[in-house]
Amino acid sequence: MKFLRYLLIGAIFGITLAKAEVISWFRIYEMFKFQSFHMYGVIGSAVVVGIIVIQLIKRNNLKSIDGEPINIPPKAFSWARYLIGGTIFGLGWAMTGACPGPMFILVGNGVGVILVVILSAVLGTFVYGKLKDKLPH
Amino acid sequence: MNNILEWISQPWPWYVAGPLIALVMFSMLFFGKSFGLSANLRTMCSILGAGKSCEFFDFDWKTQTWNLVFALGLVLGGLISHLYLGYEPAANISETTITELQALGINNPGETLVPTEIFNWENLLSVQGFIFMVVGGFLVGFGTRYAGGCTSGHAISGLSDLQPASLVAVIGFFIGGLIMTYFILPYLLVM
Repeated sequence: MKFLRYLLIGAIFGITLAKAEVISWFRIYEMFKFQSFHMYGVIGSAVVVGIIVIQLIKRNNLKSIDGEPINIPPKAFSWARYLIGGTIFGLGWAMTGACPGPMFILVGNGVGVILVVILSAVLGTFVYGKLKDKLPH
Repeated sequence: MNNILEWISQPWPWYVAGPLIALVMFSMLFFGKSFGLSANLRTMCSILGAGKSCEFFDFDWKTQTWNLVFALGLVLGGLISHLYLGYEPAANISETTITELQALGINNPGETLVPTEIFNWENLLSVQGFIFMVVGGFLVGFGTRYAGGCTSGHAISGLSDLQPASLVAVIGFFIGGLIMTYFILPYLLVM
């Protein structure tokens, strides 16, 4: 039962990205070609509202439903890891037109062949795990 | 009620979607979790037994069940919008994009969710289909784990928390995306 809340939030997120056309391969192509403001509006307004929300959480020491303080674990900074890893993901994002969230939403929308993309992404994650210690971080 | 349904059935503008995404992030934080989807790919590796041969996947995946349920919710959300919320696969992309993609051999750009001449089961056996779906998916999985997050984890959560690491990751997302879109896709699309 306690998982029902995550199913519900997931469904809201899925509907939002589907109705805002974020799951469209064409919207991602258009974004990387700077031919529309749409995707920048979606991500930009999410971040602006997100910054306000997180500032409010921090300034008011808001607690989660379990009474624990809400905190986002800070990520240790490095150039190599985020720049190289990010670039590799960017190449795949522009090719498949989908990041890990929209992939699942596309499957729900009946684009079954995206399951191959998801499986391949699982394989990519596995290979990263295997090579992790040999890569610059 | 009908008016509400009719309004929901229309494509949603960015200024509705963006704040809703922030609300989803806040809900996850309020429930004591983090907002990010690529971690599920690692969890799936662990479920498939990768922990036996690799320490990176050797963790109790059951602690991540909530995130898998969240991903299942995404599938459900896609299904709901597909079946009940005025399913219109067409995206209102710009005329420039349409003209450009037509010149690259895509029929009816924006009329479907994905370019169906590339993303289909038969094309999986061609070099082009293999590159787009198998290599593309691989890059997404490898890259997100290397960078420690994807669009939701870095571009939304990380940037909202003003984390420098996430800014570098997002810059990387764009370096890769621009290289692919400007220098590689023009060749891949016409294969």
